[in-house]
Parts: sequence; structure tokens; C-alpha cells
Amino acid sequence: MSSCCPPPKMARLKYATDFDKSVLLNNFDTRGWVQVSTDDDWNIYWAGVHNIRNIFSVECGFRMGDDQVINHFPNHVELTRKDLMVKNIKRYRKELDKEGSPLAEKDENGRYVHLDFIPLTFMLPADYNLFVEEFRKNPNTTWIMKPCGKARGIGIFLVNKLSQLKKWSRDGKGNSFVAPTAKETYVISKYIDNPLLIGGKKFDLRLYVLVTSFRPLKCYMYRLGFCRFCTVKYNANVSELDNMFVHLTNVSIQKTGEDYNAIHGGKWTVENLRLYLEGTRGKEVSDKLFDDINWLTVHSLKAVAGVISNDRHCFECYGYDIIIDDNLKPWLIEVNASPSLTATTSSDRIMKYNLMSDVCNIVIPPGEFPDVRWNKVPAKENYGNFDLLVDEELAQAELLSQEVKARAGASNATVRGARDLRKPTTWK
Amino acid sequence: MNEDQVAEQFIVDLLQFLKSSKLYTDLFNAAQIEAFKPSLRVSELRKGVQSGLINGGWDRKLRNAIYHYLHTHPQQPTLPDPEHNKEPLLYIRKAQQTWEKKILKSLNSMCTELNIPLARRRAEREQKDMAARWTELGTDGPDERPWISLKSPGKEPGSIPIPSAMPTSTDTWRHKNLGQIRPVYAPKDFLEVVAGLQNTNYQNSVSNGGSFYNFWGIIQVPVKLKTINQLRVQYSEMSINQCQTGVDDLPDIPSELFDADRAKLGNKVLAANHAPVAREFSKKGCPDSMRGEMWCQMLGVEVDEVDILYYEQLKTCVLQHDLLVDNLLYKDVKLTATNDDHYFVFEDYLYQVLLPFSRDTVILKHFSHNCATPPKSYIRGKLGVEEFAVVYPPNGVIPFHGFAMYVAPLCYVYNDVVTLYHVFRQMYIQYFFRLHSVSSDPQGIVALSLLFEILLQTNEPELFFHLKNVGCQPLKIAFKWLMRAFSGFLASDQVLLLWDRVLSFDSLEILPVFAVAIFSFRKSNLMKVQTYNAAEAVLADVTTLQVVPLLQLALFSK
Ligand SMILES: Nc1ncnc2c1ncn2[C@@H]1O[C@H](COP(=O)(O)OP(=O)(O)OP(=O)(O)O)[C@@H](O)[C@H]1O
Ligand SMILES: [Mg+2]
Repeated sequence: MSSCCPPPKMARLKYATDFDKSVLLNNFDTRGWVQVSTDDDWNIYWAGVHNIRNIFSVECGFRMGDDQVINHFPNHVELTRKDLMVKNIKRYRKELDKEGSPLAEKDENGRYVHLDFIPLTFMLPADYNLFVEEFRKNPNTTWIMKPCGKARGIGIFLVNKLSQLKKWSRDGKGNSFVAPTAKETYVISKYIDNPLLIGGKKFDLRLYVLVTSFRPLKCYMYRLGFCRFCTVKYNANVSELDNMFVHLTNVSIQKTGEDYNAIHGGKWTVENLRLYLEGTRGKEVSDKLFDDINWLTVHSLKAVAGVISNDRHCFECYGYDIIIDDNLKPWLIEVNASPSLTATTSSDRIMKYNLMSDVCNIVIPPGEFPDVRWNKVPAKENYGNFDLLVDEELAQAELLSQEVKARAGASNATVRGARDLRKPTTWK
Repeated sequence: MNEDQVAEQFIVDLLQFLKSSKLYTDLFNAAQIEAFKPSLRVSELRKGVQSGLINGGWDRKLRNAIYHYLHTHPQQPTLPDPEHNKEPLLYIRKAQQTWEKKILKSLNSMCTELNIPLARRRAEREQKDMAARWTELGTDGPDERPWISLKSPGKEPGSIPIPSAMPTSTDTWRHKNLGQIRPVYAPKDFLEVVAGLQNTNYQNSVSNGGSFYNFWGIIQVPVKLKTINQLRVQYSEMSINQCQTGVDDLPDIPSELFDADRAKLGNKVLAANHAPVAREFSKKGCPDSMRGEMWCQMLGVEVDEVDILYYEQLKTCVLQHDLLVDNLLYKDVKLTATNDDHYFVFEDYLYQVLLPFSRDTVILKHFSHNCATPPKSYIRGKLGVEEFAVVYPPNGVIPFHGFAMYVAPLCYVYNDVVTLYHVFRQMYIQYFFRLHSVSSDPQGIVALSLLFEILLQTNEPELFFHLKNVGCQPLKIAFKWLMRAFSGFLASDQVLLLWDRVLSFDSLEILPVFAVAIFSFRKSNLMKVQTYNAAEAVLADVTTLQVVPLLQLALFSK
């Protein structure tokens, strides 16, 4: 725990925020924290992504103190921008392959057995030729085009003919030497056209993942994620390709549909999904699905761990978007740096309030001031609804102590903490 | 009839039942196959066939069939008056009849007011269209096909005329008018009936005019109830020192402690395929992944080709005729499941169960031991002529507000609509019908309501007294929970754990016990309320409650 001056019973932290969101403000206020301006000496700053670059930029000359924490890593875009995430995951797989790691095992089609968790993706215009090659191989596939710099479903469309992409081909663009900006860059991904349907409708998962450190990796998965349902029945038919109510699960899109229900907002808890899957498909496959989700989460984080600047002042709560296909395989679609804190329904508000509260309790031991020299090992009772996915430091320590015990001739039966569920070692 | 005769008659009936079942033919065929086996010596024909049948698992099937028969046909003397089988007490019978008349009347007036018929044959084209939309009946909005107006229905209460032929028109009636459809009755209407029951004989014998039976509550009918001690014995498998599924198998508890063994045992039980064994096992709750099969075994539902065909037939009936009750069912789903966090994804499944259900005449059989009587209507022009009477709706059940919630939780257990349908139907004729008909049966809503009041009064006298004093009779809040078997009030996983206990202990008594548990659990807040509305607010959201620990609290803590 923090070594400096013993804090008073309930430390009155100073917080700053760019958001005027009640789930956040109420949370801080009930803790007896006081709001200050972003220019003041805050202890915790809940910043919008747009301000992060400034705060960490060299020109700004701002250096954080030991009692200050902030809710983003400086270059989180390595994970949260669509094109960068794909690049990093591709590189990570290649590196593992080169090392001869068993994780990089491939099947007879050249597909990664354990690391094939993002849909095949190309950057446009940069990879245009590669894409065309792939497209010709399987001309009947549907692809999804997404602008890298946008969110909430804006600018997304489905593609099943090359002619729809004229604008992004090298020759179409004219001068290919001018590097396109993030706004003009697109990713084009294989469209998952066999999503798992429930009640005939497509959905995706929004899961919350908290990272308190990338090196060593320390990350947590939130239990109370949810499914976001389309309001309109799924229909893979080409005639429906431009009906976004069928294909995009974004709340911001679905909300505008006439079948949107404001009471539940098309949101279904992950707990209910699990109950349904166990009931109708059995425990084994459901367990596997959720293990696979944990697995892909950890590896998506490992893929960027080397490039993220692992500032000790930082933590980040990501919104993971995942689609499950009808073989119960999860696909990582996107990671959001600033998942929406807007509550669409009353249970949504409760959930998001709890999420913020649980994040705070893991990031700053309750009642204390932040201290960046802390080892970031929160007490188990502060996990709230989070489950520890990985703590590489703890894992390392456990391994060591086991070796010591083994050498000392002690029984090396692993002491499994009752709450220490789903260790990474059980996944594969 | 004396006792022996009763027993004899019962056996005769049982054999009759078996002989007319599909199992009989199957057994017969299986026996023939055994008999033809070359290894069989003629001298040992009987023994050989028998052991062959046993090895083939046929004795299990026979045992299950007999078990389910015994279960659904209580051994009792056939009374000269069949009315007595339905309900022995005259004043209760009368109350139910009055209530039925009232429901019919309101159905009738809805017909008149909205100028719609009870039934209408769909044109060929419409049938095709509906068949194509069968799995998405909720999405397009209910049937937008033309509705037909007809002349005002008959005046005689208790009967509704069905027009024999109808003109066509292009009204898109239902689409425009679902808003005007209202549920025929809601739990609070039915509570009035239950609370209004008076035993005239009994009342007269009490000199002060009031009943001494249930001091503070609103149910004043003497029905025989179990005491808390009897309930403790009945539910002893749930006692605190025994591990329970849904409590001791949560993900953060090491599975070595309970979960792993439980799963092993569960698999053995499923393999045995014997209803009483499944019941014993499920008393401690079903693991989510085994619930589907476990419930089927307990209910004796084993979907075969005949069942599939039967469902298809019902579906055809739905496609052929548009019924007024369809509107009620649509409306009910729209008012309940469609807006529910837990169930909205299943909206379309509900139509696929509820619409065929209303056409299913097998349901009519349960009226022989149900105090209720299916409503009748007459072909136009033949009002009151028995040969022209038809049961309406064909299954004899007029849905109330919340009816769809009997089906909704099952969608978490069964993916296949046909299985879903048959499980629901069995649960309905075994349990749910009792929750909305007046009867003196210990499993009926009257007895359950009274049990709730007596238990609460005994367990929490100061709470009951306080609530009563501020004008909040506890049953006024709990009644809707009981009537819907808590569906739609609890989280989905918790309803299933509760229903596990209904099926495994084969009793609805767990419902009032749980209602009492909720009041106990929220006692400190309830003691502070000064109005009915405040009490209602304290109990408005019970979705966070855990069924099993609360049941244990109510049953075993005092
Ligand atoms: N490869 C894919 N296959 C199928 N559906 C997809 C695919 N990629 C995206 N989608 C659908 O499109 C939606 C939007 O995609 P994505 O999250 O990548 O874009 P976005 O506009 O950044 O959304 P937001 O920022 O709001 O999460 C997803 O929620 C999903 O429903
Ligand atoms: Mg997204």
C-alpha cells in the first residue's frame, strides 16, 4: 500500500473531468471527492480522448505528480484505432511465429489456430491491391468498410462489388504518394455473415475491460457487459445490404429506428446470454465461448503491450465490441477508448454507475490518495464486478514461490484462492 | 363405491389409458421383435421377452408412463355428480361461475364496441402470407390483414355468437386497433373475486359475524393448509446445511466443493430417465445446462414425431382462422415481454407458443378437475342450442394480463419451439391453471393466498399488523406475484430456480413461501412505510433477489 503519509480515513481527492455525466459525477461526489478545474492540482482526471494528446505532448510541458492518475494511456490509439489495432495484432502474430511460439500454430489453410480472432482486414487505400487479390479469390463474400477515424457507425457501409471501391483504389485516388490522414483511411473487413442470432436478431457484445498496466500486464474483465440487439430481423440477403438496422448493432444507429424500445434499449445482459446459452446449448460450449473471449482480450492487449507507453499514472477502461458467430466463435470487432457513459435505460444507468465505481476502487484503494509507486495489486474485496484476467507480476511471483517450495520439498499443490477464477492457464 | 371398488376402477382406467397410448403399440412391437430373436427358446418365451424389454429400457418407459398417470389422475372415488370432481364446495363453484360470466360479458362487450367477430376464416392469400411471417409475427406488427365487421353479437350473457360466414373488407383492423384492445382482466380484478369469497354456512356459525379463521388477512375461506412445520419437512432438501444449485455453484466457488459432483450426479440422473429420480435430484435445483431435459423428465414430455405433427396441425389452425383472443395474446406480449429487459429477445417465440395454445383442445381435458368451465359460444342463429355450441377459444382459456409470462422464462431453456410448446402446455395443465381459477384445492390460488397470509402473520406478526394498520393488506401486493408464479418480477435465472422447486416438489406452495420471504427480507423498510403506495414502492423491484437463500431464510431461520 502507499508508503507515504498515512491518508485520513476518507481521502478527499480532487477530481477533474471533461464529462458532464451523472454516472461519473455522482460517483465522485458520493466518495466525498471535490471537483476542481482541469488546470488545478487534480488527483484523478477523467479526460476525454481529445485532451489526452495535449496532456502528454512534449510542448505542453506538463508533468504529473506521484499522486495523480488519469484515465487514458497516452498512445491508446494503438489499440483503439481500427487500423492500428489490426496492424498491431498482425505484427504480434508474426513475431510469435518467428519465435516459434506454439501460440502461433497454423492449420492446413495457413490460419492461426489460436490467434485467429479478428476478421480478415485490409487498410484502404494502402492495401488495395492485396484486398483485390483476396476479393477475387472469394468474389461472393461481403465486406464491411469503416472509416478509421469515426465511431458510432458513421460512414460504415457493406460492399459486395469491387466497383463500390473505385474511390479507394490507388489510381482512383490519383497521387498515391500523399499519405492519407486517419479520416480518409478505411479498414475493410470480412463481414461476419453468420452471426449468432437470438430471436432471429443480430447482436454484438459490449464488454468492459480495465487495464491498470501494460508491462507487466494487469487487466480485468467486467461481468456486467451487455448484448446490443438490432431491432430488425437479420437477413443476409443482398437486397438488405444497405439496411443498417439489420447489420449494425450500434445503439446510436438502432435508436433512430422506429422499432427501438426505450424501456430496454435493445440491451440484454451477458448474464442472460450465458443463461440462455447454457440452457439451450450446454455448459461446455458456453464455457468455451467465454474462455475464448477472455483469451482474445488478453492477446489483443499483449499485442499492443510492447508499443503502448506504459505510464504509471494511467489506467484505461476499454469498451470491447465482439460478435459471436453461429459456431459460437467470438470475433473482436473493435476496442473503444471512451465507451459511452450515457445511460439509455434505468438498468443501464445502474450498471454504468457501478462500473465507474468499481473502476475507481481498483485504480485507487478506497479511502486513499493515488500513489503511482503503489504496486497496483488491489485487495480482492475491491474487485467489485470485475474479475482479474491477468496479472503478469502476480503470476510470476506465484511461479517463483512454487519453485522455491518445490525445491524445499514442500508440496507444490497450488493454493487456489477461491475467488481467483479462470486463470489464463485454463484457457487453452 | 367402497374403497376396493374405487381401487379396482382406477386400475381399469389406468389400463384403458395405457392401451390407448402410443407406448402400448411401441411396447407390442418391441415385444414381437424380442420374441422373434432366434436365441430365444420357446420354453422361456415369457421370461426372455420380459428381460429383453427391460434391457431395451422399456420398463423405464412403462414405469414413467404409470408414474405420470398416477400423478395427473388423483385416485378418488368418481362422484355421481361430475361437478364435485371439479369442485366439491358449492359456494366456490358459484363464485367461479359468476366470475366466468363476468369475463365473458366483458369479452362480449369488447366485440360489440370494436365491432369485431370472435373468429374469422383467413383467405388463402392471407394464410400464405402469415405462414411466411410465422417466425416474426411481432416484427411487422400483428396481422395487418383485413378484418371483417359483423352484426352485433347475441345478448344472452355467457354466450357469444360466431358468425358462420363473413364478408370481406379491406380494413387493416388489428394494425390500427390493437391499441383499443385491453386485457380482459388483470390480477387485481381476480384478487377481488378471491377476496370476496364467503362461506355462508361457516359465517353463520360465528356469532360475531366475522370470521375467526384468518384474523388479519383478506382471505376468509377455511381451506386446509400446511403448517410451517409441515412445510419444513416437505422442503427439507432445501435446508441450509445442504448445498444448492444456484447458490453453491457460482463461478467464484471452487467447483471441487459441489459443482463437479453435482454435474456428475446430474448426468447419471438424466441417463436413468426416470421421473421420480429427476424429481429427487431437482429438489436442490437444476444446473442451467441440465434443466431442459430434467424438466421434460419430470413433466413426462418426450417430443416425438406425433407431437411435431400435432404442433404443425395447431399452426395450421392458427393460419386458417383469426380469433379475437389472438388480439388479447398479441396485446399481452406487447404489454409484458416486449418491454422486458429479460424477455424482449423472445417476443416472436411467444406468439409461436401462445397462438397454437389457444387452438389446442387437449387443454380441455384439464377442465374435468378444474373448477373452471370453458366458455361456450354458439354458431350464429343457433344461440343456446347445445348441438351448435362450441368452446371459445378452442382451448377454453381466456388469457389475462400477464399470461404470456408463463411462457417467457421457458425460452431460456428450450430453443426448439415444439419442445417449448409441449413443456409449456404440460406446465399449464399441471400447475399454472390453478393460479387463475377459484377453487378450494390446496394447490389453488385461494389456498395459496391464504397460506401467504397465515405464514406472514405467524412469521412476521408485527410487520403484518403494521402494514394492515397503514391500509396495506400484504396480499394486495403479493397476489400478482402468485398469480404469475413470479415470472416477470424476478431475474430470469431466479424464476427458473424457483420453478425447479415447483416441479421437483410438485407443489405451488413454494410461491407463497417465497412471497413471505420477500416481505421478511424487506421488513425494516416496510416497517417504515405509512401508505400503501410507499409499501408498493419498497416491493416494486425484486429483480435483485436471490430465490434460494431467501427461501431458506423463510423456512428454516426461525
Ligand atoms: N466484420 C464485421 N462483421 C459483421 N458486423 C460488423 C463487422 N464489423 C462491424 N460490424 C457491425 O458494425 C457495428 C459498428 O462497427 P464498429 O464498432 O467497428 O464501428 P464504430 O462506428 O466505430 O462503432 P462504435 O464506435 O459506436 O462502437 C458493430 O457494432 C457491428 O454490429
Ligand atoms: Mg464499435
